[in-house]
Amino acid sequence: MDLYEFQAKQLFAKHGVKTQVGEVVTTPATAQAAAEKFGGLVVVKAQVKVGGRGKAGGVKLAKTPQEAAERASDILKLNIKGHQVRQVLVTPAEDIAKEFYVSFLLDRSNRTFLAMASVEGGVEIEEVAATNPDALAKIPISASTGVTKEVAFKIAQAAKFPSEIQNQVVEMLQAMWKVFVAEDATLVEVNPLVLTPSGQVVALDGKVSLDDNAAFRQADHAALVDKSIEDPLEAAAKEKDLNYVKLTGEVGIIGNGAGLVMSTLDVVAYAGEEFGGMKPANFLDIGGGASAEVMANGLNIILSDPAVRSVFVNVFGGITACDAVANGIVQAVDLLTKQGKSISVPLVVRLDGNNAEAGRKILSDAAISGIHMAKTMDEGARLVAQLAAGK
Amino acid sequence: MSIFLNSNSKILVQGMTGIEGTKHTSRLLKSGAKVVAGVTPNKGGQSVDFDGTSVPVFNSVAEAMAATGANVSVIFVPPKFAKAAVMEAISAKIELCVVITEGIPVHDSVIFVNQALNSGITRLIGPNCPGVISPGESNAGIIPADITKKGRIGLVSKSGTLTYQMMYELRDIGFSTAVGIGGDPIIGTTHIDCLKAFEEDPETDAIVMIGEIGGDAEERAAVFIKDNVTKPVVGYVAGFTAPEGKTMGHAGAIVSGSAGTAQAKQDALEAVGVKVGKTPSQTAELMRQIMKNLK
Repeated sequence: MDLYEFQAKQLFAKHGVKTQVGEVVTTPATAQAAAEKFGGLVVVKAQVKVGGRGKAGGVKLAKTPQEAAERASDILKLNIKGHQVRQVLVTPAEDIAKEFYVSFLLDRSNRTFLAMASVEGGVEIEEVAATNPDALAKIPISASTGVTKEVAFKIAQAAKFPSEIQNQVVEMLQAMWKVFVAEDATLVEVNPLVLTPSGQVVALDGKVSLDDNAAFRQADHAALVDKSIEDPLEAAAKEKDLNYVKLTGEVGIIGNGAGLVMSTLDVVAYAGEEFGGMKPANFLDIGGGASAEVMANGLNIILSDPAVRSVFVNVFGGITACDAVANGIVQAVDLLTKQGKSISVPLVVRLDGNNAEAGRKILSDAAISGIHMAKTMDEGARLVAQLAAGK
Repeated sequence: MSIFLNSNSKILVQGMTGIEGTKHTSRLLKSGAKVVAGVTPNKGGQSVDFDGTSVPVFNSVAEAMAATGANVSVIFVPPKFAKAAVMEAISAKIELCVVITEGIPVHDSVIFVNQALNSGITRLIGPNCPGVISPGESNAGIIPADITKKGRIGLVSKSGTLTYQMMYELRDIGFSTAVGIGGDPIIGTTHIDCLKAFEEDPETDAIVMIGEIGGDAEERAAVFIKDNVTKPVVGYVAGFTAPEGKTMGHAGAIVSGSAGTAQAKQDALEAVGVKVGKTPSQTAELMRQIMKNLK
């Protein structure tokens, strides 16, 4: 889960990272009130989970509370790269002498954590990495030792931070590492980290990503989820513990196993090219078990998506045999019918693997109208795309 | 021969007395794998009966190894306790540790994966994986044993069900070993580790490599293949239609910006001469042709 800047800064404050927490507001009037409270020059910043908001006009200075209200009003109308701005952060403005960059992240390639730091901050770090790689220090961090004072000094020196502020940078790095570990983060980034004219090192911005797998030991993290931006179908699926992602196409997809479902999306999109560009409407992995209840919940979510014109149930019987899966489908249809929900679009079912024959027989004996059987994944994908296209 | 696992492998199951552990231990025993012990803290001294086969339970991995000679551990412990279980297996110097558990925090995985790498003894497979099977020899994990038989294809995959699918498509030819390396961002055994082992295995003739979006493991594997693999390799990559920034089921399956796309992975593999199938069945067909030509 990616956090908003204001949420990141709240975590920063909790763990001793020096920053301006400010106040997050949703209306020009409350922005004005916040500016009044802080007094003097303030910054009004769009809160969106996407980069490049400065260039998009999402960060503005305001000299007076009245101006803060006006800037907030402008920014709250913005849509930045598909993200509607719903809230802005108002903070006292810092004078900036210098801008730097620091981050801790998960380095998948090297299977470790990585510190990155540069005295060329305030710009996109990918740009620094591409145009001036020597200016970006990368130091692997051992998960077992972490960022000790020595390690923090090593990072500060490798990035060539001016010696007079190295102590402050070291403190900053150690506090950021505390956020990284204590909050089960996969990214903690400060860009820019600034030096004020009075010699203070402050985190002016903050980006934090949290590990969803750690939810069981991070009770506070649930409150950080912004339900207002969740897709309603994704939210409904989450409530049923289903692994669902809404996509933009017309073909509903249900399968077992993340890899197989991803593959099903591709194969359907590939087959759909022939039928006017039919595409998958969603990702839905019902897992290895594929019980009747899970199948019913899954079908229910997919059928409540108005974009869906046909559904592909693509199951490989591995751990669960196909006859059990077929029974699950029959019972799911039964359950939905009893709930007064009819299966309004054609369903293509492909069962393969363990007890596939028996599974197919169960489905053909049940003679549910609108269910088509496919022998292979490719055949099923073609048929379901064809049906979605109404051909 | 096979990789990582053979008919002499003696398996202990950590978390055997839990629901998943019990279910899969029973399946492993039915498939002929030698499960010799279970480990559950505070349940040592008990034993569990699986259709007439009694499997003793020990308090610790070290005790289980000493008493039974187990050299492989399969872990079904829930995420909350998984790190401790893996660390225990590594410090007991187990040779192979297969972590089936899904949903382990990545801060825990980074620690135990590096612990295993630094041990110089333990090969860790997973987490969030279906395990490893050498058909006809042994089975450490949850890959169904009845899909296919012993043969001469090696398979390495990030995905469980795509592993099963591929084994099923090529069931008449058979596999030396199939390794499900797992869908997490940080894993103990990579595509490269498996490619290297298959290259060295005299009983493997050709390799199927299945990847998916996220990270750069496939791109790195492509470089490795170019320099080190002489056996034919066929590839498949899932996730061409995955949108940017969305996790697709597996914790590691995410396209971040322009990094980790399926297209980049396919391009990297094709650039080193690996044939990449557009669908799983097309991939199986490519392998079928290769095996035919090798005869």
